[in-house]
Amino acid sequence: MDTRVFGGTSQAGAAQSSEAIGISLVINGRRRDFVIEPWVTLLDLLREQEHLTGTKKGCDHGQCGACTVLVDGKRINSCLALAVARDGAQVTTIEGLACEGLAEGHGLHPLQQAFVDHDALQCGYCTPGQICSAQGLINEGHARSRDEVRESMSGNLCRCGAYTNIAAAVMEVLEKADTR
Amino acid sequence: MNRFSYVRAAGVAEAVREGSARQVRFLAGGTNLVDLMKENVERPQRLVDINRLPLHKIDDLEGGGLRLGALVTNADTAYDPRVERRYPLLASAILAGASPQLRNAATNGGNLNQRTRCYYFYDPATACNKRQPGSGCGAIGGVNRIHAILGASDQCIATHPSDMCVALAALDAQVRVTGPDADRVIAFSEYHRLPGDQPWRDNDLRPGELVTAIDLPAEDFSSHYTYLKLRDRLSYAFALVSVAVAMRLDGERITEVRVALGGVAHKPWRSPVAESGLAGEKASQANFLAAAHVLTEGAVGQGGNDFKIELARRAIVRALKQAANGTPQSQTDKRVF
Ligand SMILES: Cc1cc2nc3c(=O)[nH]c(=O)nc-3n(C[C@H](O)[C@H](O)[C@H](O)COP(=O)(O)OP(=O)(O)OC[C@H]3O[C@@H](n4cnc5c(N)ncnc54)[C@H](O)[C@@H]3O)c2cc1C
Ligand code: SF4
Ligand code: FES
Ligand code: FES
Repeated sequence: MDTRVFGGTSQAGAAQSSEAIGISLVINGRRRDFVIEPWVTLLDLLREQEHLTGTKKGCDHGQCGACTVLVDGKRINSCLALAVARDGAQVTTIEGLACEGLAEGHGLHPLQQAFVDHDALQCGYCTPGQICSAQGLINEGHARSRDEVRESMSGNLCRCGAYTNIAAAVMEVLEKADTR
Repeated sequence: MNRFSYVRAAGVAEAVREGSARQVRFLAGGTNLVDLMKENVERPQRLVDINRLPLHKIDDLEGGGLRLGALVTNADTAYDPRVERRYPLLASAILAGASPQLRNAATNGGNLNQRTRCYYFYDPATACNKRQPGSGCGAIGGVNRIHAILGASDQCIATHPSDMCVALAALDAQVRVTGPDADRVIAFSEYHRLPGDQPWRDNDLRPGELVTAIDLPAEDFSSHYTYLKLRDRLSYAFALVSVAVAMRLDGERITEVRVALGGVAHKPWRSPVAESGLAGEKASQANFLAAAHVLTEGAVGQGGNDFKIELARRAIVRALKQAANGTPQSQTDKRVF
């Protein structure tokens, strides 16, 4: 049986290298290799090692959704994901969605544009998480009505209370995606 | 977070072997474990990552049941067409819990084994018999709005926070477990336990034992069911009180009914007396109210949660009515009239 044991002799606080593990991720379409400690969350890896600071740390406990990213197309809270456990995954952050928009010649991703058009933000801190979450919602294909969108966006808190306009922005893109 | 070593188990036998050591935890979705590690409540020396084990499938069982792999996510379980069609009560309970992001990461095995949300359990600066045996219970005489009204002990008044488990209790699910000694099948009602004088034990799992699957029996409760969840906000909040009802009717008469309560005890709460009392009776307000009183018999408030006793009774009546009428609680329009 393939037994891969990492950092077998555990010494709390010992030299970092003894626990460090090699993983690779595809982040926004580019393969990236890392040697990281097992306690590094996907959120910290994105922000501190990749300098992809679009993904925000709100609560760090799964309670706000600001850290939402797409992993293999599904939205998750990156603050509760240990990066080592996601070895081999495809990760998309707000920066990746923005690049998709650029590549398609729109300048902005359709969700970004809709958030601008609908004034779906005030301070903007929750926005990257809202947009990644909305993309996850669209990928899932379960929400149709406005009530369903509101419920399905409930994992993203907005301290500025822009919920009404967020729902409108998501609805607009969802309806366009439906008629495509 | 404390420092720990990490191993990715390639097979079930390896996971069990690794998991049998002291101070080791299995890592599934991590949505509860990583959170508790950040709070220094869980301080494992080693994590055994079980995500590569072959427990990611939902299989039909001979005779009509369904086997839910321990590593299938809560979202994939709730949206599985067989679960939607045959076990809508379960789908409904799962979708009432957490958020879409969390349900995408959370697994069925992890949901069963998630720990209480008691504020004192989460705060290592306070006394808690569950976290630190013998240290006392901060919630007794403290802030206990979310705590138990049934089956509590003088050592611990915590509740089990899962929604999914309330439906599994009502459906008489079975938990399949493998371990260092032998494989076991545990009836759902025996899986979680009451705190008694060992509040640090949440369930019947022994060291090294791994949940491999949850089996759902073939019975059909897809016409008359509801999962009613009452909480401080409409979404993304744990239940104060929840009620899962699975019912079969013959005309106006109840032929069989299961009622499980969430948010009120250390485990999903059922009362065989209340359920058998309703069997053969008319689906009426009076009978539902009588059943609600039997279900909450012996309920004791702790001060902050006294309201739960009356709330639970009303929720039980309401949920029974919804099930009898064939109008399950909508997960998007949550108005309760
Ligand atoms: C903000 C927030 C809100 C939430 N709201 C709700 C809610 O409203 N309703 C609700 O029901 N839940 C809620 N949850 C809890 C969520 O459902 C659980 O965190 C999740 O189900 C745990 O699954 P996991 O796979 O992430 O488990 P992990 O965090 O990986 O593991 C949890 C525990 O189970 C053990 N374990 C995992 N798999 C197995 C296995 N196969 N065999 C033996 N042991 C195992 C682990 O060792 C660990 O001790 C919420 C969580 C958060 C963070
Ligand atoms: S209720 Fe239980 S979990 Fe909460 S402080 Fe008391 S002993 Fe700890
Ligand atoms: S930072 Fe992850 S949910 Fe708040
Ligand atoms: S725009 Fe400020 S938190 Fe949402």
